[in-house]
Amino acid sequence: MAASSQITSMEVGKTSQDHLKVHKMKKKVLRKQVRAQHTLMRHEGIECVSHATQSLVVANAGLGNGMSRHQLFRIVEEYGLVETLLMPPNKPYSFVKYGTTEEAKKAFDALNGKEVTREDFGQNIVLYINFVEKVFWKNVVPTSLPPGLTVVEKVISPEEERRMLESIDWTEDEDTQNAQKTLKHRRVKHFGYEFCYNSNNVDKDKPLPGGFPGICNLFLEKCLKRGYIKHKPDQLTVNQYEPGQGIPPHIDTHSAFEDEIISLSLGAEIVMDFKHPDGHTVAIMLPRRSLLVMAGESRYLWTHGYMITPRKYDVIQASELGQKVGTITADVGDLTLNRRETRTSFTFRKVRRSPCNCIYSSVCDSQKGQQRQGQPSFPLSEMEASKLEQEHVHRVYEEIAAHFSSTRHSPWPQIVEFLRSLPKGAIVADIGCGNGKYLGINKDLYMIGCDRSKNLVDICGEKDFQAFVCDALSVPIRSGSCDACISIAVIHHFSTAERRLATIRELARLLRPGGTALIYVWAMEQEYKKQKSKYLKEKNDSKGKEEEINTDTARGLLSDQMPDGSSQDSASSDQLLNDSKGKGCDAKPVADSRLPVHTNRTSFHSQDLLVPWHLKSDTKKKGASADILSFPAGSKESQELSPVFHRYYHVFCEGELEAACRSLDCVRVQKSYYDQGNWCVVLEKL
Amino acid sequence: MKLLTHNLLTSHVRGLRPGGGFPLRIQASEVRVRPVPFNAPFVARLVPRLQWAALLQAAASLGHPSELPPEPAPDYEADEEFLRRLHHLLLEVEVVEGVLECPDSGRRFPVSKGIPNMLLGDDEA
Repeated sequence: MAASSQITSMEVGKTSQDHLKVHKMKKKVLRKQVRAQHTLMRHEGIECVSHATQSLVVANAGLGNGMSRHQLFRIVEEYGLVETLLMPPNKPYSFVKYGTTEEAKKAFDALNGKEVTREDFGQNIVLYINFVEKVFWKNVVPTSLPPGLTVVEKVISPEEERRMLESIDWTEDEDTQNAQKTLKHRRVKHFGYEFCYNSNNVDKDKPLPGGFPGICNLFLEKCLKRGYIKHKPDQLTVNQYEPGQGIPPHIDTHSAFEDEIISLSLGAEIVMDFKHPDGHTVAIMLPRRSLLVMAGESRYLWTHGYMITPRKYDVIQASELGQKVGTITADVGDLTLNRRETRTSFTFRKVRRSPCNCIYSSVCDSQKGQQRQGQPSFPLSEMEASKLEQEHVHRVYEEIAAHFSSTRHSPWPQIVEFLRSLPKGAIVADIGCGNGKYLGINKDLYMIGCDRSKNLVDICGEKDFQAFVCDALSVPIRSGSCDACISIAVIHHFSTAERRLATIRELARLLRPGGTALIYVWAMEQEYKKQKSKYLKEKNDSKGKEEEINTDTARGLLSDQMPDGSSQDSASSDQLLNDSKGKGCDAKPVADSRLPVHTNRTSFHSQDLLVPWHLKSDTKKKGASADILSFPAGSKESQELSPVFHRYYHVFCEGELEAACRSLDCVRVQKSYYDQGNWCVVLEKL
Repeated sequence: MKLLTHNLLTSHVRGLRPGGGFPLRIQASEVRVRPVPFNAPFVARLVPRLQWAALLQAAASLGHPSELPPEPAPDYEADEEFLRRLHHLLLEVEVVEGVLECPDSGRRFPVSKGIPNMLLGDDEA
């Protein structure tokens, strides 16, 4: 115990204190170690054992919490011969297998509860260690590849690689014909059209003379034939990077190029970082002679780039064959990439001739201009508020009703629980019932539903539910007649605090004394207690499904796979009591008072915003019109792409809904909790 | 629209006399009777929630003069025949097409395919 070596006679009492401290520390380590055991078992299915084995699971030292393989290896190799070091992608733990049980025991004794400083961020973490019988992990295939991204390995032969590299003549100084330039971190040369780094765009009326090198045309024919791309690119940028050079993270300008972008890596392999606006990063290995294909979300929403400093991270290999996907080397010799050679990339793109109308409007330069003109402002008067809701809530639901309804089939577990807990014969009103998915949950209740959208209420009627059309601000039900009410994902559509409060007052009016109301609104916080909501988590689903997820959650509700026991995510009301006004989260509109357009399945940056709905054309009713984005008549987009509707939302901060409820004298807040991206309150009428 | 739903609905036009919007007068052009499984305790629990006179008036306006008493007997919970009649009226008789009229303002709300449209204009709410 080094700390007590300088004890003087005056400090005798301190030793016993120190002993106590040490004892407390040991207990704490043991407690945390046991907790790590339970977490591993419950969430990962990893079974820890109490006797010593050759293998350890090291909690808090995973790729998921920023530990590098390099550093962890240096830590664990001190105690013996490391046979295997496994670091599952995105997990906060790793496995170490030693040659003998004795070595593993030595490492356990030395490292359990040990604090280490992470090399990269200088942050301290404490390691907790348990023995395991086997080194393994489930779900080997990572779910985290950016959607729309593929890597085709060995797309050309070494001979073709040589010929392609030779086809670019770097000797001409500042070659004017092919727009050769030396940028800060690389050399570039353009073919077809020049890419201008000042405007980040191409001059579409000024094609460069000469076209592509002949060998490139042959290569593109092959790509078309094999289906890597659908349209032949007409612009080529050749980048040459010396070792140590890189390219900063960027998204290729939407208005400049079409969807598919392909890039050939020659001369050397690299690791490219793809980053989602939420901060989620995926490092992808681009082997020499491979082709990177970026389409859809990976092209439009994720930034890509590679770092200038040498990499020590593990990589996920994205092979089209899928065999190598997710394999993390078990060979400790293969820790880092080889020293980089000169890498040359050939990036082929197709120049875009009409404005981009992708669904990622927050990062789309084409749509920024359009938004400025047609985008509504934050309402400054009651009349503006009502008009905003009419245009951007009522009319939108009316138009998307059929498609919207087709995405609403799974009731939300905690709402079902509320309805099941009500007494037999209770009269219950669902204010904002949508397609009526809660109206038939409990046959022992008499449920009536209402909604502002006639088309949605008609769907309830087809299901033989009792429903009518009305506004939540003025519900035609006599006062005190209901035993319970629910208001699910409704109040966030009202655009002023007064109107939101008025809807809660109206709910309370319907209740008899002692009656209860359950309210759900969408939360600003889509990540709570370090748990991402379903809304954020679903972003890596396949494209077809993506539509359903974002639409399903866009009204605040969740999809089928929701686990039942979500009480874990619930915050008790006690915690919320002293925290009624959210911190750093006030309802200020953006500076110019235009409502920002949200990018689906990302975190919120503003409490008042427009959320896009991408209407599937087959469910669109005849005569419906989407005016937000207009496509040039006869353009490809006008036929292929779905119209986009913008719905207004006010997302609630922690404590905001509860504070509103508490401002009413006629009700008592019974319960207040967070449920998968929603703030929820149960009220009791006094 | 079942008559139980009707018993809960009220007109909500701005400027009504207190309580003046209830009960809505029914002018039905199509009424349907559909059997619903009888559940005595369920029906019995509904009784205290009902506006009895409004129910009798609604039944009469549909040409379903009920054999219900002017008000529920004190021991209605044990009276199966009473509960069956009430069950029929509350849950099996439905207005499919017609109009609901506000007794105070005369505002008319259409009922189509069983769905009342109670939506008010901006100037009415």
